[in-house]
Amino acid sequence: MAESITLEVARYSPERDTKPHFDSFEVPVRREWVVLDALNHIKDREDGTLTFRWSCRMGICGSCGMMVNGEPKLTCATFLSDYAKQGSKIRVEPLRYFPVVRDLVTELTDFLAKLKRVKPWLIHPNQAPLSQGEFLQTPAQLDRYKQFSMCINCTLCYAACPVTGLDPVFVGPAALALAQRYNMDSRDQGSSDRIAILAHPDGIWGCTFVGECTRVCPKHVDPAGAIQQYKLTAVLEWLKSFVMPKGAGVEPAGGKAGND
Amino acid sequence: MRAAIAAAEVNPKLSIAVVSKVYPMRSHTVSAEGGAAGVAKPDDSLDEHAHDTISGGDWLCDQDAVEAFVKEAPLELLQLERWGCPWNREPDGHIAVRAFGGMKKRRTWFAADKTGFHMLHTLFQTSMKFDPITRYDEWFVTKLLVDDGRVQGVVAIELMSGRIQAITAKAVILCTGGCGRIFPFTTNANIKNGDGMALAYRGGASLRDMEFVQYHPTGLPFTGILITEAARAEGGYMLNKDGYRYLQDYNLGTPEPKPVLRTMELGPRDRLSQAFVHEDRKGRTTSTEYGSVVHLDLRHLGEKLINAKLPFVRELCQKYQNVDPVKELIPVRPVVHYMMGGVGTDINGATPLAGLFAAGEVACVSINGANRLGSNSLPECLVFGARAGKAAAEYASTQSAPNGKALAQADDERRRLESEFLNKTGGKERIATIRIEMQATMEKSAGIYREEALLSESANKLRELQERYRDINLDDRSRTFNTELESALELGFMLDVAESMVQCALHRTESRGAHQRMDYPARDDHKFLAHSVVHRNTDGTARVDYQAVTITRWPPAERIYGQQAAQQGH
Amino acid sequence: MATRYTDFHPRWYRPTVSVYWWLGQRQYLKFILRELSSVFVAYFVVMTLFQLSALKDGPDAYADFQRTMQSPVVIAINAIAFLFVLFHTITWFNLAPSAMPVRLGGKRVPAFLVAAPSYVMWIVISAIVSWLVLR
Repeated sequence: MAESITLEVARYSPERDTKPHFDSFEVPVRREWVVLDALNHIKDREDGTLTFRWSCRMGICGSCGMMVNGEPKLTCATFLSDYAKQGSKIRVEPLRYFPVVRDLVTELTDFLAKLKRVKPWLIHPNQAPLSQGEFLQTPAQLDRYKQFSMCINCTLCYAACPVTGLDPVFVGPAALALAQRYNMDSRDQGSSDRIAILAHPDGIWGCTFVGECTRVCPKHVDPAGAIQQYKLTAVLEWLKSFVMPKGAGVEPAGGKAGND
Repeated sequence: MRAAIAAAEVNPKLSIAVVSKVYPMRSHTVSAEGGAAGVAKPDDSLDEHAHDTISGGDWLCDQDAVEAFVKEAPLELLQLERWGCPWNREPDGHIAVRAFGGMKKRRTWFAADKTGFHMLHTLFQTSMKFDPITRYDEWFVTKLLVDDGRVQGVVAIELMSGRIQAITAKAVILCTGGCGRIFPFTTNANIKNGDGMALAYRGGASLRDMEFVQYHPTGLPFTGILITEAARAEGGYMLNKDGYRYLQDYNLGTPEPKPVLRTMELGPRDRLSQAFVHEDRKGRTTSTEYGSVVHLDLRHLGEKLINAKLPFVRELCQKYQNVDPVKELIPVRPVVHYMMGGVGTDINGATPLAGLFAAGEVACVSINGANRLGSNSLPECLVFGARAGKAAAEYASTQSAPNGKALAQADDERRRLESEFLNKTGGKERIATIRIEMQATMEKSAGIYREEALLSESANKLRELQERYRDINLDDRSRTFNTELESALELGFMLDVAESMVQCALHRTESRGAHQRMDYPARDDHKFLAHSVVHRNTDGTARVDYQAVTITRWPPAERIYGQQAAQQGH
Repeated sequence: MATRYTDFHPRWYRPTVSVYWWLGQRQYLKFILRELSSVFVAYFVVMTLFQLSALKDGPDAYADFQRTMQSPVVIAINAIAFLFVLFHTITWFNLAPSAMPVRLGGKRVPAFLVAAPSYVMWIVISAIVSWLVLR
């Protein structure tokens, strides 16, 4: 294994720069070191101005997403040795298609607004009091939405999706997958509340099934699958709205759950 | 999050701010794996959960708090289920529970092995429903505003823009978590620097039981990533370098092929960590580049069970240590995991400083006493989060608005930050150097085993580091997202908290739970059935007093595990 | 919370997305070609319509049609179009399982098994049609 490797890191400071430039750093390669360790090494010893987000160092908080050699990755899960083996440099840039605040830090308020817009909470009015116990949910029912509940909000999917780049109003893979997580939850009764936001040109119909979001997702959430599945549901709802006049009510997805 | 929701439910007319230096889904709760305990099955009882907790805490728990906790924990977990949390289920649709170290009955609710992740995301997503809650994401609090004996808000830096501003409030609830980053090997994320503890300490509130630091016996070396207790609950063995299940030598029972609650690998965490230190001293641990380790053996469980019950453990081992638990042994060592001590509060989360509340790991109520049982900390956040939220809302509803003097303090704070960090010239120290030295001295003297000489040495070293801290030089003078300034401020917090920890450890001349003194190996209920309470003197030094533990129904007994426990019917 | 611009708002860098974004990455190029392949599907549909129209107009018209089809240019275009339609079919079959998760006995059926029947049908129908045409 190579002793050291070169990191080319994107730098941008709004107080000084109008656009980003790259700085090169030489870092040691150890078997256990990931790109994030390299960045911390630089910040601790060489250049304290290098700015990036990180927290858990174990792929669950979602803070450390960056572009590594053009691919969106969690830098805490990207080994230096994989690149050293090929003898290549490592190019680190902030996640694509987001505004850049500083160096490797992206601006996320818009993303959070999109998350909120899809109403990602359990909608089930008139719940029995807590003393009645839990909603019953079989392991099979849990399995229907479990995959979509694994999203860590790392926004790698947004960096991979060309639609978010070309059309900033597009709600985006993670938000749509989260909506689908609730739609498919047997305890939820809110699909009709979400349909207006989802079955909309900025919602699922903005998606052209490029499929990159699913490919880069570190938690295998499969947002592309979630969106395509919802496309079918949305079309069926639209057809139903002809057969069943407005006011007859829409069936909640996934069937009812109660405290029987 | 839980406190904010509780406050919003108590009084929707209050405006509630959630101020955090990171986005809500990045909080360290997200990494908790194993589960959350709550009495749920008919073969279990509140008293048993309480007894397990109190005896696990070596009788330093306030029993009235524990009684309230065990009663409310299942209700809180149920509430979370009603908010959508995807708990694992039995085939009939009811909540599934599993065994956990230190618990005599199966009462740990879990969501695959990502319980904390699902709980945090459920709370975050649910909190978005409540209009009174405004979030201040990536605002770093540097100081509590205290005037007239009352907390009037905080001063915070908006990281995005560098603006330093006061956020005034009638009540403040601290939920900033623990301080694992004071130690070199920890499961804790980068963001756990004891912020809230230092803020309260500097603001005049007292810290409690700071000497009780919990080590988790199985963490990966180098990264400190936690290998959950559940791996042992499902049947993993801990082996020394000879492949021997060494725990049987330490009064923890006899080795059985299947896990038996409260014996061997399912004994309490502190006893397991202590066993490691003894093995290490005997030279029976394996030496690696990142320190000595023992091994966790999951191979006999088989691929199917590991993929079904411990998929995250497998993923972690492969992704961060290049080890496949199905085929290989996992190298592990004790790593700092939880802080039993913290800001002293009553059972409603209120501190003696008016207007200041605290809940979660940052607080010390105390329900964990000298040693926390696994799967108690997640429900702790919920139960005391809700209580603190409610109490703070009720308090705030009776208070007048904060006065203008608080804003003047904010100006002072801004000037301080500018002169001491952003605009200062000539400093010679690097943040990383001081941080590494602090971590080394803490691990050496305030680790699993302590003694007076090393603790005193550490106290002096920390004083020296405090001096050198004043000479720090920042590379980064920018206002925009200055994470170096953030690191410097966090280091300042950690140094204060570390000092309080060492002082408390020095004064407690007994061994209890996670605080083990080699020079005072016995437990001393006569003098020390009390919480250490540490205040900050005006000159910056620490003053340690004691406050009696509340005992209601369980008089102190010996903590017994393994065969002895089975024989005595514990 | 919508994006709030305040007095203390630093200048964010907003990179523009180039018109040639799809050339930047292999997966993007593959995607655009996949979308483009639908044009060639339409082309074959139109060709088939011309064929039917020629059939209707009698043996001379059909002979004309056959001559056009045999010209090298048309053969070249048809070859390219055929490759695109093949690409279209394979990508379509492979993507369909994402849109329709199939569960048997509580477990998710793996994607390639969901796609397999489409392939089998394709091969079977092609075999039948080839036999009908070539015998």
